[in-house]
Amino acid sequence: MNSLVFRLTLPILFGYLPLGMAFGVLFTTQLDYAWWAAPLMGVVIYAGAGQILAVSLLAASAGLLEVFIAMFVLNARHLFYGLSLLGQFRGAGWRKLYLIFGLTDETYSLLTSRPRSQDPTHELDVDVRITAFNQVYWVIGCILGALLGRNVAFDSTGIEFALVALFIVLTIEQLKALGDAFPVWAGAAAAGIAMLLLPPAHQLIGAIAIVTAVLLLQYRNLRARINAESKSHV
Amino acid sequence: MSDTSYLAAFIAVAALATFATRIIPFLFFERHTEHPLIKHLGRYLPAAVMALLATVFLQRSGDWSAAVPGLDAILAGALVIAVHLWRRNALISIAAGTATYMLIRQTGVLELGLVG
Repeated sequence: MNSLVFRLTLPILFGYLPLGMAFGVLFTTQLDYAWWAAPLMGVVIYAGAGQILAVSLLAASAGLLEVFIAMFVLNARHLFYGLSLLGQFRGAGWRKLYLIFGLTDETYSLLTSRPRSQDPTHELDVDVRITAFNQVYWVIGCILGALLGRNVAFDSTGIEFALVALFIVLTIEQLKALGDAFPVWAGAAAAGIAMLLLPPAHQLIGAIAIVTAVLLLQYRNLRARINAESKSHV
Repeated sequence: MSDTSYLAAFIAVAALATFATRIIPFLFFERHTEHPLIKHLGRYLPAAVMALLATVFLQRSGDWSAAVPGLDAILAGALVIAVHLWRRNALISIAAGTATYMLIRQTGVLELGLVG
């Protein structure tokens, strides 16, 4: 079974090793903490974009409440991953906690798109192994990057742009999957308004509040239109 | 707070916040997955949040007191978009944009070009 899981997760290996290394290099070149804190974060936090954002929060000695809000908001997309896996994870017992803990973007996409047999116990076992394999790749990447960043002296000025680039790439991917540009423009506009009106510490949470309000309004309008249409057909 | 205890508290809080986003649906939404509002937010919010983060952090990485304000960030950001639309490989796009930004920052090549 492990060779099947390895084959399934191979693309994730190629994604997680370099990204984990980027995080590890960023961590050891931007911060003064012990190198092993980087893989430790890979073990207990296990979130790509989240850990890279964490480096800039650590560098700024951000307050813990701000850290909680920033990490929660950045990972808020995970809220919606769980919704589509409620049924699939039923009956996993104690392993369910690990499946939920390890629900990264990549693991989610693998678990929801792979073919499944009629045997739910066996399939849950494969799910757990996929999750564990992916996390091992990620932690190995973090270790390699942290050691590399500590031992190779190079000018890392500007390497933090990797986070911006990652967000841009994820935006394009979301846009392609959705086929609707409205939320992208709404998000960018909300960010613009928040940056004009609020001090830097409150811009993220302010922009999130604005864009959520916009989406709720959009929802209300959609519902109103659907109701009006169904009445006109009667 | 010492450095080590700050780091320990930081990692604990970050881990908790991340885990919360992953477990909340299993705790609270078991009975509401079909609600149209949840479905609507699930469909649109992730894209909106990504665009918002990209915008905020792109603005923060720009040098807005340069001769052409923010050109460093805008150039590197535009390159990420172009490379990603062309090859659609996340790692290549990120590497190209980051390398360009580092080059601009470390050499000051934009300022030199404008002065000279």
